Amino acid sequence: MIKIIKYVMADILRNKIIIAYTIFLLVIGMSVFNLEDNTTKGLLSLLNIVLIVVPLVCIIFSTIYVYNSAEFVELLVSQPLQRKHIWLSLFCGIALALVLAFFIGIGLPVLLYSFSATGIILVAVGLMLTVIFVAIAMLAAVKTRDKAKGIGIAVLLWLYFSLLFDGLILFILFQFSDYPLENFMLFLSTLNPVDIGRIFILLKMDVSALMGYTGAIFQNFFGTLPGMITATIVMLLWMVLPLYFSLRIFNRKDL
Amino acid sequence: MKFNRWIAILFMLAGTYTNCVNAASLLVGKSQQYKLIQQAINAAKAGDTILVSPGVYKEQTIVINKTIFLIGIQYPIIDGEHTYQIISIKANNVLVKGFKLMHSGTSSLIDIAGIKVYDAKNVVIEDNFLEDTFFGIFLQGATNCTIKNNNLKAYAKTDQQSANGIHCWKCDSLYIIGNTVTGHRDGIYFEFVTHSLIWRNRSFKNSRYGLHFMFSHNDAYIANIFQKNSAGVSVMFTHGVKMFNNVFEDNWGDGCYGIFLKEITDSHISGNTFLRNTTGIFFEGATRIVVEKNTFIKNGWAAKIQANSIQNTISNNNFLANSFDIATNGSLVENTFNKNYWDKYEGYDLNKDGFGDVPYHPVSMFSMIVAENPTTMILFRSFMATLFDKTEKILPSLTPENLVDKLPYMKPLRL
Amino acid sequence: MIIATNVTKKFGRLTVLNNVSVNCNKGECIALIGPNGSGKTTLVKSILGMVVPDSGFITFNGQNILHNWAYREHIGYMPQIGRYPENMTIGHVIAMMKDIRKSNHNGPLDEELIEQFDIPNMLNKRMRTLSGGTTQRVSAALAFLFNPDVLILDEPTAGLDPVASELLKEKIIKEKQKGKLILITSHILSELDDLVTQVIYMQDGNLLFHKSLEHLQNDTGEKKLSRVIASVMRNQS
Repeated sequence: MIKIIKYVMADILRNKIIIAYTIFLLVIGMSVFNLEDNTTKGLLSLLNIVLIVVPLVCIIFSTIYVYNSAEFVELLVSQPLQRKHIWLSLFCGIALALVLAFFIGIGLPVLLYSFSATGIILVAVGLMLTVIFVAIAMLAAVKTRDKAKGIGIAVLLWLYFSLLFDGLILFILFQFSDYPLENFMLFLSTLNPVDIGRIFILLKMDVSALMGYTGAIFQNFFGTLPGMITATIVMLLWMVLPLYFSLRIFNRKDL
Repeated sequence: MKFNRWIAILFMLAGTYTNCVNAASLLVGKSQQYKLIQQAINAAKAGDTILVSPGVYKEQTIVINKTIFLIGIQYPIIDGEHTYQIISIKANNVLVKGFKLMHSGTSSLIDIAGIKVYDAKNVVIEDNFLEDTFFGIFLQGATNCTIKNNNLKAYAKTDQQSANGIHCWKCDSLYIIGNTVTGHRDGIYFEFVTHSLIWRNRSFKNSRYGLHFMFSHNDAYIANIFQKNSAGVSVMFTHGVKMFNNVFEDNWGDGCYGIFLKEITDSHISGNTFLRNTTGIFFEGATRIVVEKNTFIKNGWAAKIQANSIQNTISNNNFLANSFDIATNGSLVENTFNKNYWDKYEGYDLNKDGFGDVPYHPVSMFSMIVAENPTTMILFRSFMATLFDKTEKILPSLTPENLVDKLPYMKPLRL
Repeated sequence: MIIATNVTKKFGRLTVLNNVSVNCNKGECIALIGPNGSGKTTLVKSILGMVVPDSGFITFNGQNILHNWAYREHIGYMPQIGRYPENMTIGHVIAMMKDIRKSNHNGPLDEELIEQFDIPNMLNKRMRTLSGGTTQRVSAALAFLFNPDVLILDEPTAGLDPVASELLKEKIIKEKQKGKLILITSHILSELDDLVTQVIYMQDGNLLFHKSLEHLQNDTGEKKLSRVIASVMRNQS
């Protein structure tokens, strides 16, 4: 399996898009800290990159890559190899490459210029979201045979996780504003990895504001060790479950 | 006013000096003439000094009813045995210095204190430790008294079981300087106290307010530090307040403010630092307050201004890394924002005069949404919230149009 | 060696394989013949485990191939249209295949076709730049590389120039003589003449017949495979 990961990695790391992505992140990561003397503001700009750009690039790149690897996968499937290993290797290769890109592009500047709890959480959330959206892309790509349709679904999923889901939450909050919804919101937010990641960062970046009003409830949940562990487990589930389902489909898929 | 104060101090010094001529020193201690402090006080003449040797004294309540200087050597302990008020001062020109007062009684009916001053003048309470007292130092009808360098520590669990650290009621011309207060209900409490100076005190981790005052006009609060009090600082029904160079830090929670201004008029808040408070300043019915040269860093809301606050001026402040700069509950805001530095400002300065060419609107769309429905805070900094704020900047609809800083600084002010 | 029993496969409503049963043994060279869309490639892919049948089962050396992958080390597969990672060079692909099969291939490598097809001179070419014919040469070379017991060749000569085509044919005959099982699909019947010992004819997902070439020649009185098949078709209709 390591061998296949090696070949996938070797292929992706030569890919122009991944190189462009790394450079893009690095340019933003460096300029954000060099142009702003206020590192908190720099982290704030990176927050948008982590929550919006990273999922978008990860899900679309991975989907396209999986489609483009169809030949490679076909070639491997006719060889004495387990399908499970082929699929997991593909996942690991893509995820590792994107994780590497993110770490070089955003991780290094953050650790250099803003080595703080907020910075570390930001990088950790970015890394987790990278892996999660690769896993979601694998599922989207294996489910649909048609490439254009698959990419469309990937874009829709991204839109859902970064915008529509929050719109839905806002709608519920205003529709049912007479009811105490805090705990329900707590549950609802775990249904979206982007939201969990964002709340993780908010708890460091905006802890003062979160202590007011109902924010304290989120602080009391996510801010405590059991809450942190629960949230991290949920994030891990967001990596494992899409991958698991995609693997199940791939195992039975006709090539 | 200031002149009067100096006269008073001069008189006091003069009085001390003349007394010294025929004043005696009475010694209290196990192996001294007086075994009990009260015995020495009873035996003393006005102007005498009583020196208390180290040891533990349990004398129920010590009453000082004549002008004496009560001085502890190496902090002798006076124990109230969880039952009694420890020292009552009922005479003018008394000095209490160098004691450790512990375990006063508690009561929900009468105000039991570590040291209580009853309608006296020129009393000095200096350099004492008060531990586990109900009220710490209680001044009632006192004038021209100095409370200096005392250290008050209580272990309040609930508001009901605890009382205030330095509690002043109907006083005038007090000097509260360099004290440390923690674990009480309110750190420093003023009611009907006028012309007083509160300087370089530190009040932290009190169960209600770090500083709380009502109906206390023309007082000055300078260079104090208020930290981690569960409701911050509360200032109510007062005019002529001067708050300079204080630090308000880590006051976290719902209904918790760096400063809570309620029905305050004609006051001045300048040179203060507000760091990591849920709300830096909350204005409710505040009128003609000048807020200038303050620094607001990393607060949830730097300031919340209720619509009933008018004619306030907020200028030359630095707003840095706050989650929200300003929030308000109304659309018509009659306050002036001018020449502040806002780190969220994204304008430009073509004519290089140091001020941005486009006005800054410190109230964001999302802060209005949060004000309407607090639970939406869970969506803070989401893509959607960002879109809302950007759209609002282009097409303002919800945020108050006249709440605007027309001359925002391009660079932070050096304060 | 390979036994398919009642294999049925549907793609949506279309039945691609309808209750197909075949039995292929060592030393045979089987031609899998049929019009386009008759299910030849699907049958081949089912044997390789790339397509999972809806019902029925396939055994390889007596073992069900479902959820099994190790048996594929005994198979060399040359796909109809060889598709390879575009960014890799020929050298990389060959090295990768050797690398992947290293752990379960102990015998010597058969690099005869690689030499004959002049592949060593093209090792640095990227796969996306190759012509269809060159890609087919690489596919063929890879299929024979590991000296497998079974060779499955899907339209092997399509796109090959006459020289390469001839080289490949010679190679197939050579391997046949070693007693390997060879399965060839093709619709260019003329080139199968010297090769095949058996014929499987498929149409619309059904296996019409599976007979030895000798048997068919006797039945029809024709010598050439193309004529044999034509005759069979005529008789059927």
